[in-house]
Amino acid sequence: MEHPYLFFVKLFEWIGLAHFAHAYPHVIYSWVVMILLIVVGSVSAKRLSLVPAKGQNFFEIVVTGIEDFMVDITGEEGRWLFPVVATVFIYILTCNLIGLVPGFFPPTASLNTTASCALTVFVFTHYIGIKYHGAKYIKHFLGPIWWMIPIIFPIEIIAHLARVLSLSFRLFGNMMGHELVLAILFFLAGAFLAPLPMMAMGIFVALVQAFVFFLLSIIYFSGAMEHAH
Amino acid sequence: MEAKALDFFIMCVVAAGFGLAVTASVCGIAQTLGLRKAVEGIARNPESSGKVTVTMLIGLAMIESLCIYSLVISLILIYAHPQAGAIAALFGAK
Repeated sequence: MEHPYLFFVKLFEWIGLAHFAHAYPHVIYSWVVMILLIVVGSVSAKRLSLVPAKGQNFFEIVVTGIEDFMVDITGEEGRWLFPVVATVFIYILTCNLIGLVPGFFPPTASLNTTASCALTVFVFTHYIGIKYHGAKYIKHFLGPIWWMIPIIFPIEIIAHLARVLSLSFRLFGNMMGHELVLAILFFLAGAFLAPLPMMAMGIFVALVQAFVFFLLSIIYFSGAMEHAH
Repeated sequence: MEAKALDFFIMCVVAAGFGLAVTASVCGIAQTLGLRKAVEGIARNPESSGKVTVTMLIGLAMIESLCIYSLVISLILIYAHPQAGAIAALFGAK
């Protein structure tokens, strides 16, 4: 699988940082996504008006949609979680979607990016648990019956660690698999526009995977907030 | 002894192929079961179509992630087996 032609990697080659650019394309493209989101967000929020214009309107739809959906699942007490999860969701969605542009590499197709997002969610889950319950947060891991604690406690710890694995691998596997299929189809029948149906599916997969990451995050957060069994 | 090293890599690729084939078939059946009940639910109550569709998509993504785990293992076996160098040296050096 040859290294594909990536625009920003070429840009870094011209600057002279070719080795860094070829070894870490996911870092470079995550910078691209960050700059894109910051610029679009700040331009849309420049002149906030009561009757919203185009950019503000779009972002209001997105933000209220995500917030209403989130409060549906976590309840009113979970409203303060909204900035973290919405940022993760919009960041992962944009990362997934720019992979569909020819010449761009989706940062989430690298395990480093997805593991970083999963670790953020994992650490924040325990931060919520300790903030809401203090030292009694350990009761979440102990189960309802006291003499089964030696069995249940390791299983709960492994389940929590498996959350990190599952979140990161689900997103990474979907994005990397999609990239691989595109590369193989391009190699086999690129002249016949064979990758195009896969790119159409790629839009769907990008949306669904970002949404599933977001949904699992808020389910874990509400699980940490609620009282133990 | 080089033949034994080749055998190891052949077995890795065969295992990757068969593992993924089994996982994908069972995943297909599992998603069919979920999808079947979702469509029945929509047919019985067309007004709930939005909620049922969203829940169904979430369920399908969760089931599909199990197949993705298997895909990742297969990719590791074929492209990035951690002991590949050591085993090749072990068999080739003898």
